[in-house]
Amino acid sequence: MNFSWDVIWASVPQLLQGAELTAYITLLGIGGGMVIGTLSGLALAFQVPLLRWVLFVYVSVIRGTPIVVQAMFIYFAVPMIALGFGTQLTFSAFTAASVCLALNAGAYITEIIRGAVLSVNRGLIDAALALGLSRRQVLADVVGPIAFRRSVPPLGNQFIISLKDSALFIVIGVGELAQQGDRLVAETGRAIEVWTTVGVIYLAMTFTLAMIMKLIEKRMRIL
Amino acid sequence: MSMIECRQMTKRFGDHTVLDRIDLTVDAGEVVVIVGASGSGKSTFLRCVNMLERIDEGDLLVDGKSVRQRSTNVRTLRLEAGMVFQQFNLFPHMTARQNVMLGPRKARGYSRAKAGEIADRLLERVGLVDRAGYFPDALSGGQQQRVAIARALAINPKLMMFDEPTSALDPELRGEVLEVMRGLAEEGMTMLIVTHEVHFALEAATRLLFMDDAHIVHDGDPREMFENPPSERFRDFLRHVRE
Repeated sequence: MNFSWDVIWASVPQLLQGAELTAYITLLGIGGGMVIGTLSGLALAFQVPLLRWVLFVYVSVIRGTPIVVQAMFIYFAVPMIALGFGTQLTFSAFTAASVCLALNAGAYITEIIRGAVLSVNRGLIDAALALGLSRRQVLADVVGPIAFRRSVPPLGNQFIISLKDSALFIVIGVGELAQQGDRLVAETGRAIEVWTTVGVIYLAMTFTLAMIMKLIEKRMRIL
Repeated sequence: MSMIECRQMTKRFGDHTVLDRIDLTVDAGEVVVIVGASGSGKSTFLRCVNMLERIDEGDLLVDGKSVRQRSTNVRTLRLEAGMVFQQFNLFPHMTARQNVMLGPRKARGYSRAKAGEIADRLLERVGLVDRAGYFPDALSGGQQQRVAIARALAINPKLMMFDEPTSALDPELRGEVLEVMRGLAEEGMTMLIVTHEVHFALEAATRLLFMDDAHIVHDGDPREMFENPPSERFRDFLRHVRE
Protein backbone atom coordinates (compact mmCIF):
# COMPACT_ATOMS: atom_id res chain seq x y z
CA MET A 1 0.00 0.00 0.00
CA ASN A 2 1.44 3.35 -0.93
CA PHE A 3 0.01 6.42 0.71
CA SER A 4 0.70 9.76 -0.92
CA TRP A 5 0.32 13.09 0.81
CA ASP A 6 0.78 14.77 -2.55
CA VAL A 7 -2.46 13.24 -3.78
CA ILE A 8 -4.22 14.67 -0.76
CA TRP A 9 -2.87 18.20 -1.24
CA ALA A 10 -3.73 18.05 -4.92
CA SER A 11 -7.31 16.99 -4.26
CA VAL A 12 -8.06 19.51 -1.50
CA PRO A 13 -9.07 22.49 -3.72
CA GLN A 14 -11.63 20.46 -5.65
CA LEU A 15 -12.96 18.86 -2.48
CA LEU A 16 -13.32 22.24 -0.78
CA GLN A 17 -15.40 23.42 -3.72
CA GLY A 18 -17.66 20.45 -3.09
CA ALA A 19 -17.67 21.21 0.62
CA GLU A 20 -18.82 24.73 -0.10
CA LEU A 21 -21.75 23.36 -2.07
CA THR A 22 -22.50 20.91 0.74
CA ALA A 23 -22.52 23.81 3.20
CA TYR A 24 -24.96 25.84 1.06
CA ILE A 25 -27.32 22.91 0.53
CA THR A 26 -27.21 22.13 4.25
CA LEU A 27 -27.84 25.74 5.29
CA LEU A 28 -30.77 26.09 2.90
CA GLY A 29 -32.03 22.66 3.91
CA ILE A 30 -32.02 23.19 7.64
CA GLY A 31 -33.18 26.81 7.27
CA GLY A 32 -36.16 25.74 5.17
CA GLY A 33 -36.65 22.71 7.40
CA MET A 34 -36.84 24.95 10.47
CA VAL A 35 -39.53 27.12 8.88
CA ILE A 36 -41.56 24.11 7.73
CA GLY A 37 -40.96 22.17 10.94
CA THR A 38 -41.77 25.02 13.34
CA LEU A 39 -45.02 25.88 11.62
CA SER A 40 -46.14 22.27 11.19
CA GLY A 41 -45.00 21.29 14.66
CA LEU A 42 -47.09 24.08 16.19
CA ALA A 43 -50.04 23.18 13.98
CA LEU A 44 -49.83 19.57 15.17
CA ALA A 45 -49.35 20.47 18.84
CA PHE A 46 -52.40 22.74 18.74
CA GLN A 47 -54.35 20.26 16.65
CA VAL A 48 -55.34 22.63 13.87
CA PRO A 49 -58.29 20.74 12.25
CA LEU A 50 -57.77 19.67 8.58
CA LEU A 51 -54.09 20.69 8.59
CA ARG A 52 -53.20 17.93 11.04
CA TRP A 53 -54.22 15.30 8.50
CA VAL A 54 -52.24 16.93 5.74
CA LEU A 55 -49.22 17.09 8.04
CA PHE A 56 -49.72 13.52 9.20
CA VAL A 57 -49.46 12.40 5.55
CA TYR A 58 -46.44 14.66 4.94
CA VAL A 59 -44.51 13.38 7.95
CA SER A 60 -45.43 9.75 7.22
CA VAL A 61 -44.35 9.94 3.59
CA ILE A 62 -41.01 11.62 4.33
CA ARG A 63 -40.15 9.41 7.28
CA GLY A 64 -41.30 6.33 5.45
CA THR A 65 -39.21 6.71 2.28
CA PRO A 66 -35.43 6.92 1.73
CA ILE A 67 -34.02 10.37 1.03
CA VAL A 68 -32.40 8.99 -2.14
CA VAL A 69 -35.84 8.17 -3.50
CA GLN A 70 -37.11 11.60 -2.47
CA ALA A 71 -34.24 13.31 -4.31
CA MET A 72 -34.79 11.23 -7.45
CA PHE A 73 -38.51 11.94 -7.32
CA ILE A 74 -38.08 15.70 -6.99
CA TYR A 75 -35.36 16.00 -9.63
CA PHE A 76 -36.62 13.55 -12.25
CA ALA A 77 -40.30 12.82 -11.59
CA VAL A 78 -41.66 16.21 -10.59
CA PRO A 79 -40.73 17.94 -13.90
CA MET A 80 -42.38 15.09 -15.82
CA ILE A 81 -45.52 15.36 -13.71
CA ALA A 82 -45.53 19.12 -14.33
CA LEU A 83 -45.17 18.45 -18.03
CA GLY A 84 -48.17 16.15 -17.83
CA PHE A 85 -50.14 19.12 -16.54
CA GLY A 86 -48.83 21.22 -19.41
CA THR A 87 -46.24 23.22 -17.44
CA GLN A 88 -42.58 23.44 -18.25
CA LEU A 89 -40.77 23.16 -14.91
CA THR A 90 -37.01 23.39 -14.91
CA PHE A 91 -34.72 23.66 -11.91
CA SER A 92 -31.10 22.85 -11.17
CA ALA A 93 -29.87 19.84 -9.25
CA PHE A 94 -28.78 22.30 -6.56
CA THR A 95 -32.34 23.60 -6.18
CA ALA A 96 -33.71 20.07 -6.11
CA ALA A 97 -31.20 19.07 -3.44
CA SER A 98 -31.95 22.09 -1.23
CA VAL A 99 -35.70 21.65 -1.52
CA CYS A 100 -35.40 17.93 -0.88
CA LEU A 101 -33.30 18.45 2.23
CA ALA A 102 -35.67 21.16 3.53
CA LEU A 103 -38.69 18.90 3.04
CA ASN A 104 -36.85 15.98 4.63
CA ALA A 105 -35.50 17.88 7.64
CA GLY A 106 -38.85 19.67 7.95
CA ALA A 107 -40.66 16.41 8.64
CA TYR A 108 -38.30 15.42 11.43
CA ILE A 109 -38.22 18.94 12.88
CA THR A 110 -42.03 18.90 12.88
CA GLU A 111 -41.91 16.01 15.31
CA ILE A 112 -39.18 17.66 17.41
CA ILE A 113 -41.17 20.90 17.76
CA ARG A 114 -44.45 19.08 18.39
CA GLY A 115 -42.86 17.02 21.14
CA ALA A 116 -41.17 20.03 22.73
CA VAL A 117 -44.40 22.04 22.80
CA LEU A 118 -46.36 19.13 24.27
CA SER A 119 -43.68 18.62 26.91
CA VAL A 120 -44.42 22.03 28.45
CA ASN A 121 -46.22 21.39 31.72
CA ARG A 122 -49.94 22.12 31.52
CA GLY A 123 -49.69 23.84 34.91
CA LEU A 124 -47.46 26.56 33.46
CA ILE A 125 -50.05 27.30 30.80
CA ASP A 126 -52.78 27.45 33.46
CA ALA A 127 -50.63 29.81 35.53
CA ALA A 128 -50.07 32.11 32.55
CA LEU A 129 -53.75 32.08 31.59
CA ALA A 130 -54.71 32.75 35.23
CA LEU A 131 -52.56 35.89 35.09
CA GLY A 132 -54.81 37.16 32.32
CA LEU A 133 -52.45 36.55 29.39
CA SER A 134 -53.97 35.94 25.97
CA ARG A 135 -53.37 32.62 24.22
CA ARG A 136 -50.96 34.35 21.88
CA GLN A 137 -49.01 35.78 24.81
CA VAL A 138 -48.92 32.40 26.54
CA LEU A 139 -47.37 30.97 23.39
CA ALA A 140 -44.91 33.83 22.88
CA ASP A 141 -43.78 34.31 26.48
CA VAL A 142 -44.13 30.92 28.15
CA VAL A 143 -44.67 27.91 25.89
CA GLY A 144 -42.50 29.14 23.01
CA PRO A 145 -39.32 29.94 24.94
CA ILE A 146 -39.48 26.77 27.05
CA ALA A 147 -40.25 24.53 24.06
CA PHE A 148 -37.51 26.16 21.99
CA ARG A 149 -34.91 25.59 24.69
CA ARG A 150 -35.94 21.97 24.98
CA SER A 151 -35.76 21.43 21.25
CA VAL A 152 -32.17 22.67 20.89
CA PRO A 153 -30.43 19.32 21.61
CA PRO A 154 -32.60 17.22 19.24
CA LEU A 155 -32.42 19.98 16.61
CA GLY A 156 -28.62 19.86 16.74
CA ASN A 157 -28.82 16.14 16.15
CA GLN A 158 -31.11 16.64 13.15
CA PHE A 159 -28.86 19.35 11.65
CA ILE A 160 -25.91 16.96 11.71
CA ILE A 161 -27.98 14.18 10.15
CA SER A 162 -29.11 16.57 7.41
CA LEU A 163 -25.55 17.66 6.67
CA LYS A 164 -24.49 14.05 6.24
CA ASP A 165 -27.62 13.18 4.27
CA SER A 166 -26.62 15.79 1.70
CA ALA A 167 -23.96 13.28 0.54
CA LEU A 168 -26.81 11.20 -0.89
CA PHE A 169 -27.48 13.92 -3.46
CA ILE A 170 -24.62 12.29 -5.33
CA VAL A 171 -27.48 10.42 -7.07
CA ILE A 172 -28.74 13.58 -8.77
CA GLY A 173 -25.27 14.90 -9.55
CA VAL A 174 -25.16 18.18 -7.65
CA GLY A 175 -21.40 18.11 -7.35
CA GLU A 176 -21.27 18.40 -3.57
CA LEU A 177 -18.44 17.03 -1.47
CA ALA A 178 -19.16 13.31 -1.80
CA GLN A 179 -19.51 13.57 -5.55
CA GLN A 180 -16.28 15.51 -5.90
CA GLY A 181 -14.60 12.72 -3.98
CA ASP A 182 -16.14 10.15 -6.27
CA ARG A 183 -14.91 12.03 -9.36
CA LEU A 184 -11.40 12.34 -7.99
CA VAL A 185 -11.21 8.64 -7.21
CA ALA A 186 -12.37 7.87 -10.74
CA GLU A 187 -9.65 10.15 -12.16
CA THR A 188 -6.77 9.14 -9.90
CA GLY A 189 -7.67 5.72 -8.53
CA ARG A 190 -6.51 6.96 -5.11
CA ALA A 191 -9.43 5.73 -2.98
CA ILE A 192 -7.62 5.73 0.36
CA GLU A 193 -6.32 9.30 0.18
CA VAL A 194 -9.43 10.85 -1.33
CA TRP A 195 -12.06 9.17 0.85
CA THR A 196 -9.99 9.86 3.97
CA THR A 197 -9.83 13.54 3.05
CA VAL A 198 -13.54 13.62 2.26
CA GLY A 199 -14.25 12.04 5.64
CA VAL A 200 -12.06 14.53 7.46
CA ILE A 201 -13.79 17.46 5.79
CA TYR A 202 -17.24 16.09 6.71
CA LEU A 203 -16.00 15.55 10.25
CA ALA A 204 -14.75 19.14 10.45
CA MET A 205 -18.14 20.43 9.28
CA THR A 206 -20.23 18.28 11.62
CA PHE A 207 -17.91 19.08 14.51
CA THR A 208 -18.28 22.82 13.88
CA LEU A 209 -22.06 22.43 13.77
CA ALA A 210 -22.03 20.44 17.00
CA MET A 211 -19.91 23.10 18.71
CA ILE A 212 -22.29 25.85 17.61
CA MET A 213 -25.25 23.91 19.04
CA LYS A 214 -23.36 23.31 22.29
CA LEU A 215 -22.73 27.03 22.56
CA ILE A 216 -26.41 27.83 22.03
CA GLU A 217 -27.33 25.19 24.61
CA LYS A 218 -24.97 26.70 27.14
CA ARG A 219 -26.22 30.23 26.62
CA MET A 220 -29.87 29.24 26.86
CA ARG A 221 -29.99 27.29 30.13
CA ILE A 222 -31.74 24.21 28.77
CA LEU A 223 -34.72 23.48 30.98
CA MET B 1 -72.07 43.43 45.90
CA SER B 2 -70.87 39.90 46.49
CA MET B 3 -67.48 38.89 45.16
CA ILE B 4 -68.60 35.44 44.08
CA GLU B 5 -72.09 34.20 43.45
CA CYS B 6 -72.88 30.66 42.30
CA ARG B 7 -76.38 29.76 41.23
CA GLN B 8 -77.04 26.08 40.69
CA MET B 9 -73.54 25.85 39.24
CA THR B 10 -72.84 22.46 37.69
CA LYS B 11 -69.64 21.09 36.18
CA ARG B 12 -69.22 17.69 34.58
CA PHE B 13 -66.27 15.79 33.17
CA GLY B 14 -67.96 13.39 30.78
CA ASP B 15 -70.50 11.40 32.79
CA HIS B 16 -68.92 12.40 36.08
CA THR B 17 -70.52 15.36 37.87
CA VAL B 18 -67.78 17.20 39.76
CA LEU B 19 -69.88 20.12 40.98
CA ASP B 20 -73.59 19.49 41.41
CA ARG B 21 -75.90 22.53 41.51
CA ILE B 22 -73.76 24.58 43.85
CA ASP B 23 -75.30 27.67 45.46
CA LEU B 24 -72.85 29.94 47.20
CA THR B 25 -72.27 33.61 47.89
CA VAL B 26 -68.92 34.98 49.05
CA ASP B 27 -68.69 38.63 50.08
CA ALA B 28 -65.68 40.91 49.85
CA GLY B 29 -63.30 40.44 52.75
CA GLU B 30 -64.30 36.88 53.56
CA VAL B 31 -61.55 34.31 54.05
CA VAL B 32 -63.12 31.04 52.98
CA VAL B 33 -61.35 27.75 53.57
CA ILE B 34 -62.64 24.82 51.57
CA VAL B 35 -61.93 21.31 52.83
CA GLY B 36 -62.98 17.88 51.65
CA ALA B 37 -61.63 14.60 50.40
CA SER B 38 -59.71 14.60 47.13
CA GLY B 39 -62.04 14.38 44.17
CA SER B 40 -64.80 16.23 46.00
CA GLY B 41 -64.65 19.13 43.53
CA LYS B 42 -62.67 21.74 45.52
CA SER B 43 -59.98 22.45 42.95
CA THR B 44 -62.44 22.36 40.09
CA PHE B 45 -64.49 24.98 41.91
CA LEU B 46 -61.50 27.36 42.00
CA ARG B 47 -60.69 26.65 38.36
CA CYS B 48 -64.26 27.52 37.36
CA VAL B 49 -63.98 30.93 39.06
CA ASN B 50 -60.95 31.66 36.89
CA MET B 51 -62.55 30.17 33.79
CA LEU B 52 -59.80 27.60 33.48
CA GLU B 53 -62.80 25.27 33.39
CA ARG B 54 -66.14 26.06 31.77
CA ILE B 55 -69.24 25.44 33.83
CA ASP B 56 -71.95 23.34 32.23
CA GLU B 57 -75.11 24.60 33.92
CA GLY B 58 -76.25 27.33 36.24
CA ASP B 59 -74.26 30.50 36.63
CA LEU B 60 -71.19 31.88 38.34
CA LEU B 61 -70.70 35.60 38.87
CA VAL B 62 -67.32 37.03 39.78
CA ASP B 63 -67.59 40.62 41.00
CA GLY B 64 -70.94 40.81 39.26
CA LYS B 65 -69.71 39.46 35.91
CA SER B 66 -71.10 36.16 34.71
CA VAL B 67 -68.69 33.56 33.36
CA ARG B 68 -71.44 32.50 30.97
CA GLN B 69 -72.24 35.89 29.48
CA ARG B 70 -70.81 36.18 26.01
CA SER B 71 -69.96 39.82 26.60
CA THR B 72 -67.73 38.94 29.57
CA ASN B 73 -64.12 39.12 28.55
CA VAL B 74 -62.27 36.06 29.85
CA ARG B 75 -59.04 37.97 30.39
CA THR B 76 -60.72 40.82 32.25
CA LEU B 77 -62.40 38.30 34.51
CA ARG B 78 -59.14 36.50 35.21
CA LEU B 79 -57.55 39.77 36.29
CA GLU B 80 -60.10 39.89 39.12
CA ALA B 81 -58.76 36.71 40.69
CA GLY B 82 -55.17 35.76 41.46
CA MET B 83 -54.42 32.05 41.60
CA VAL B 84 -51.79 30.09 43.49
CA PHE B 85 -51.22 26.46 42.55
CA GLN B 86 -50.15 23.39 44.48
CA GLN B 87 -47.14 22.88 42.20
CA PHE B 88 -46.17 26.61 42.22
CA ASN B 89 -45.96 26.61 38.41
CA LEU B 90 -43.32 29.31 38.24
CA PHE B 91 -42.01 29.94 34.74
CA PRO B 92 -38.64 28.15 34.78
CA HIS B 93 -37.00 30.38 32.16
CA MET B 94 -37.61 33.57 34.12
CA THR B 95 -36.10 34.90 37.34
CA ALA B 96 -38.32 35.45 40.38
CA ARG B 97 -38.61 39.13 39.45
CA GLN B 98 -39.44 38.37 35.80
CA ASN B 99 -42.10 35.89 36.96
CA VAL B 100 -43.79 38.61 39.01
CA MET B 101 -43.42 41.18 36.23
CA LEU B 102 -45.08 39.09 33.53
CA GLY B 103 -48.69 39.71 34.57
CA PRO B 104 -48.35 43.49 34.96
CA ARG B 105 -46.37 43.72 31.70
CA LYS B 106 -48.50 41.54 29.46
CA ALA B 107 -51.95 41.36 31.01
CA ARG B 108 -52.08 44.91 32.40
CA GLY B 109 -49.90 46.42 29.68
CA TYR B 110 -47.72 48.35 32.12
CA SER B 111 -44.27 49.66 31.23
CA ARG B 112 -41.21 47.64 32.17
CA ALA B 113 -40.35 50.24 34.83
CA LYS B 114 -43.78 50.17 36.43
CA ALA B 115 -43.94 46.35 36.35
CA GLY B 116 -40.48 46.27 37.93
CA GLU B 117 -41.62 48.54 40.75
CA ILE B 118 -44.62 46.30 41.39
CA ALA B 119 -42.39 43.21 41.40
CA ASP B 120 -39.89 44.76 43.83
CA ARG B 121 -42.64 45.86 46.19
CA LEU B 122 -44.31 42.42 46.19
CA LEU B 123 -41.08 40.46 46.51
CA GLU B 124 -40.28 42.63 49.50
CA ARG B 125 -43.66 41.83 50.95
CA VAL B 126 -43.14 38.06 50.68
CA GLY B 127 -39.63 38.50 52.07
CA LEU B 128 -37.70 37.56 48.94
CA VAL B 129 -36.25 40.81 47.71
CA ASP B 130 -32.76 39.30 47.96
CA ARG B 131 -33.81 36.41 45.70
CA ALA B 132 -35.24 38.59 42.91
CA GLY B 133 -32.59 37.56 40.38
CA TYR B 134 -32.77 33.83 41.14
CA PHE B 135 -34.30 31.31 38.78
CA PRO B 136 -36.99 29.05 40.28
CA ASP B 137 -34.75 25.97 40.31
CA ALA B 138 -32.40 27.80 42.67
CA LEU B 139 -35.19 28.49 45.18
CA SER B 140 -36.63 26.22 47.88
CA GLY B 141 -40.24 25.07 47.57
CA GLY B 142 -41.37 27.57 50.18
CA GLN B 143 -39.58 30.39 48.40
CA GLN B 144 -41.05 29.34 45.06
CA GLN B 145 -44.55 29.39 46.48
CA ARG B 146 -43.99 32.85 47.96
CA VAL B 147 -42.83 34.10 44.55
CA ALA B 148 -45.97 32.50 43.09
CA ILE B 149 -48.09 34.43 45.60
CA ALA B 150 -46.30 37.66 44.66
CA ARG B 151 -46.87 36.86 40.98
CA ALA B 152 -50.60 36.34 41.55
CA LEU B 153 -50.86 39.58 43.56
CA ALA B 154 -49.03 41.53 40.86
CA ILE B 155 -52.09 41.81 38.61
CA ASN B 156 -53.82 43.54 41.55
CA PRO B 157 -56.72 41.08 41.89
CA LYS B 158 -59.76 41.65 44.07
CA LEU B 159 -59.77 38.02 45.10
CA MET B 160 -57.02 35.47 45.78
CA MET B 161 -57.45 31.74 45.30
CA PHE B 162 -55.11 29.11 46.71
CA ASP B 163 -55.27 25.51 45.53
CA GLU B 164 -53.57 23.42 48.22
CA PRO B 165 -50.69 25.89 48.44
CA THR B 166 -48.71 23.92 51.02
CA SER B 167 -49.43 20.33 49.98
CA ALA B 168 -46.28 20.00 47.88
CA LEU B 169 -44.07 21.44 50.60
CA ASP B 170 -42.04 19.79 53.34
CA PRO B 171 -43.63 20.47 56.74
CA GLU B 172 -40.85 22.85 57.81
CA LEU B 173 -41.40 25.05 54.73
CA ARG B 174 -45.15 25.41 55.15
CA GLY B 175 -45.02 28.05 57.86
CA GLU B 176 -43.44 30.74 55.70
CA VAL B 177 -46.15 30.37 53.05
CA LEU B 178 -48.98 30.30 55.58
CA GLU B 179 -47.59 33.40 57.19
CA VAL B 180 -47.76 35.35 53.92
CA MET B 181 -51.34 34.13 53.49
CA ARG B 182 -52.23 35.14 57.05
CA GLY B 183 -50.90 38.64 56.35
CA LEU B 184 -53.12 38.91 53.28
CA ALA B 185 -56.15 37.78 55.28
CA GLU B 186 -55.44 40.39 57.96
CA GLU B 187 -55.31 43.10 55.32
CA GLY B 188 -58.83 42.21 54.27
CA MET B 189 -58.11 40.38 51.01
CA THR B 190 -60.98 38.18 49.87
CA MET B 191 -59.61 34.66 49.79
CA LEU B 192 -60.71 31.21 48.68
CA ILE B 193 -58.38 28.56 50.01
CA VAL B 194 -58.43 24.84 49.38
CA THR B 195 -56.24 23.30 52.05
CA HIS B 196 -55.81 20.58 54.63
CA GLU B 197 -54.16 22.99 57.10
CA VAL B 198 -56.64 22.79 59.94
CA HIS B 199 -54.73 25.22 62.14
CA PHE B 200 -54.69 27.83 59.43
CA ALA B 201 -58.44 27.44 58.97
CA LEU B 202 -58.99 27.92 62.69
CA GLU B 203 -56.78 30.99 62.96
CA ALA B 204 -57.33 32.86 59.73
CA ALA B 205 -60.56 31.73 58.11
CA THR B 206 -63.87 33.50 58.61
CA ARG B 207 -65.77 30.68 56.99
CA LEU B 208 -65.36 26.99 56.39
CA LEU B 209 -66.89 24.94 53.59
CA PHE B 210 -66.88 21.16 53.63
CA MET B 211 -67.27 19.60 50.22
CA ASP B 212 -68.20 16.01 49.63
CA ASP B 213 -69.17 14.29 46.41
CA ALA B 214 -69.75 17.43 44.30
CA HIS B 215 -71.78 19.23 47.00
CA ILE B 216 -71.09 21.80 49.68
CA VAL B 217 -72.28 19.78 52.66
CA HIS B 218 -71.46 22.21 55.45
CA ASP B 219 -70.94 25.96 55.46
CA GLY B 220 -70.20 27.70 58.74
CA ASP B 221 -67.87 29.23 61.29
CA PRO B 222 -64.59 27.27 61.47
CA ARG B 223 -64.33 27.20 65.29
CA GLU B 224 -67.90 26.07 65.72
CA MET B 225 -67.55 23.37 63.11
CA PHE B 226 -64.36 22.02 64.64
CA GLU B 227 -65.81 22.00 68.15
CA ASN B 228 -69.13 20.51 67.16
CA PRO B 229 -68.68 18.59 63.91
CA PRO B 230 -72.09 18.79 62.29
CA SER B 231 -71.98 15.30 60.78
CA GLU B 232 -70.33 11.93 61.13
CA ARG B 233 -68.79 12.41 57.67
CA PHE B 234 -67.11 15.65 58.71
CA ARG B 235 -65.96 14.13 62.00
CA ASP B 236 -64.31 11.30 60.03
CA PHE B 237 -62.67 13.80 57.74
CA LEU B 238 -61.24 15.81 60.64
CA ARG B 239 -59.88 12.70 62.30
CA HIS B 240 -58.26 11.73 59.02
CA VAL B 241 -56.63 15.13 58.42
CA ARG B 242 -55.35 15.51 61.97
CA GLU B 243 -53.51 12.20 61.90
